[in-house]
Amino acid sequence: MIRSSVGNAFARLHGAAGSVSVPSLPAAPGAQTGIEISDVSHRFGDTEVLRDITLSLTEKRIAIVGANGSGKSTFSRLLNGLLVPDTGSVLIDGLCTAKAAKAVRRKVGFVFQNPDTQIVFPTVEEDVAFGLKGLGLSAPERAARVSDVLARYGLEPLRERPAHKLSGGQKQLLALAGVLITNPDYVVFDEPTTLLDLRNARLVGRVIEALTQTAIVVTHDLPLIDAFERVLVFEGGRIVADDEPSSALANYIRRMR
Amino acid sequence: MTGGSILHRAPAGLKLAALAMAGSAVVLVPDWRVMVDLFLLVALGFPLARLGRGALRAQLRPLMPMLVLLFFTQGLLASWEMAALVVARIATLVLMAALVTLTTRSEALIATVETLLRPLAPLGVNPGKVSLAFSLALRFLPVIAEEAERVREAQTARGLGHSPLALALPLIVRVLKAAEDIADAIDARSGHDDPSLRPHPETAPAPGRRFLFRSVKEQV
Amino acid sequence: MSPQPISTRDIVYIALFAALTAALALFPPITLPLIGVPITAQSMGPMLAGAILGARRGALSILLVLALVAIGLPILSGGRGGLGVFAGPTVGFLLGWVATAYVVGLLHELGWNKLTLFSSFAHAMIGGIIVLYAIGIPVLAVQASLSIKAATMACLAFIPGDLVKAALTAVIAVAIKRAHPIIGTRRGQTA
Repeated sequence: MIRSSVGNAFARLHGAAGSVSVPSLPAAPGAQTGIEISDVSHRFGDTEVLRDITLSLTEKRIAIVGANGSGKSTFSRLLNGLLVPDTGSVLIDGLCTAKAAKAVRRKVGFVFQNPDTQIVFPTVEEDVAFGLKGLGLSAPERAARVSDVLARYGLEPLRERPAHKLSGGQKQLLALAGVLITNPDYVVFDEPTTLLDLRNARLVGRVIEALTQTAIVVTHDLPLIDAFERVLVFEGGRIVADDEPSSALANYIRRMR
Repeated sequence: MTGGSILHRAPAGLKLAALAMAGSAVVLVPDWRVMVDLFLLVALGFPLARLGRGALRAQLRPLMPMLVLLFFTQGLLASWEMAALVVARIATLVLMAALVTLTTRSEALIATVETLLRPLAPLGVNPGKVSLAFSLALRFLPVIAEEAERVREAQTARGLGHSPLALALPLIVRVLKAAEDIADAIDARSGHDDPSLRPHPETAPAPGRRFLFRSVKEQV
Repeated sequence: MSPQPISTRDIVYIALFAALTAALALFPPITLPLIGVPITAQSMGPMLAGAILGARRGALSILLVLALVAIGLPILSGGRGGLGVFAGPTVGFLLGWVATAYVVGLLHELGWNKLTLFSSFAHAMIGGIIVLYAIGIPVLAVQASLSIKAATMACLAFIPGDLVKAALTAVIAVAIKRAHPIIGTRRGQTA
């Protein structure tokens, strides 16, 4: 009700026909059928970082754990086309990451470990708005979405603040807001809590918990993924365990000894 | 930066054009007395633009040693009239340019730069990319300055003193590593195969830039 | 020859090196014994940008520094900034920085496979001293109505400092080539 009246107000102000829906974005093509990974291998120079991975992901909460250098970070970069595998294919809702990079990136948001390198604009507001460029939205639609997402993550009072003046937790929230503003169907997190103190790590944990989207989380933070549906354990570029958390994590901890 | 004066309100593009023309005209003045009058006229522009005497002094002070040196070199090598002309001309040019900078918000100047670049698009100059480069530099300038300070502390703690190599090398390696992550983040967020970033030229610069510039200026 | 389009990664390198060159202004100047002319770290920026990023990206990053100065950021050594800097007699050296970065970059690209400490030093010296002074001195002479000879004499005191900077640039360029090369690698290969 409130949303539609806001939309009508915009429509009246800007003389647009019909109502402008504030929260929704044009959806990327393809129904949500999940992630299909077939026969993926990848190497950097002489080292094979991923070997023969075949896997289908349809759960809403998926965690990826493994030692440093086990290939989990590389794997996560396959999911939104940041990396195209040497062999094999990655399909997101039927879209191939190698052929439809643009559509895939709109479907799959990516939150990096270090918000300092993910925030690329000088002020909070500009940075959040960056993801909306090139989506064909009108200026009032963009402004409405920016305000919406800033309010949702408690960043509204910081709107005009230079990004480098934010605290670590605020930076991570800004990084999240910048990704979630485009309403992706999937969100990949690469160690989202590694650089945070306990309080901020819990805050990010709650944000992930509250997402309506599919979340795929690479992490060393085991409490974060307690309630997840599925855990993949990586070792030497392969998946060595794939199970619900309690047994997968027990397996992982045994391997770490 | 309170924008009360006519100079503050005049469009950035107009001020830049006027500066370019005035700058070229000043070079043609042959008489040192006229030049000194012009200098006083421009200096008068500072109180008219409500900039205060401190602003005028801040502009002239770093120039002083060079002007004094120049005055005596010219006076001894050529003539004292020539010396007065040259020194007054340089001071006038510097003050005119400073008057434009001090009465124009940085984001208005960036917007002007972008507008000026638009006709160059067929030559491969992409205003969106230029604008992204500006934004990134402004975003990471304070970050790199802080990082430099941190490296310096670490080197001092390790007893390496202020060796410029011990400072520069780790800083550059960190910058290069960060660059890759930043580029990945931009690609991941832009939803473009080849990001022709900022395709919406009607977007006004965020008001927050004001705060940003202030903080960069404090930092540097 | 059609130049490659500027990629996202190129833009980031350009912007970060511009920021780095600006940050170099924060390092306190070193005063050489005997000569007494302060050496500022900042003028090493153009040599470094060329030696590490190559000709095009290096020159563009220095151009960005100048643009940031022009819009009023006080990022030159001593906190100078604004259009006034471009009206002063040393503007030739400032504009010459862009040429320095380009030439140092071009020479490093051409000699990349066989880069040694000595060749890198020679490249930095050609771009950072010969090219820079070839632009800076005539502009200084015109702006200050000096003869070329007098203008050259005025600049001589800075040469020892520039030699030190060229040497530092060479050490850094060779170390970066080993640790994290940018020139000569195709983009998109690392992750």
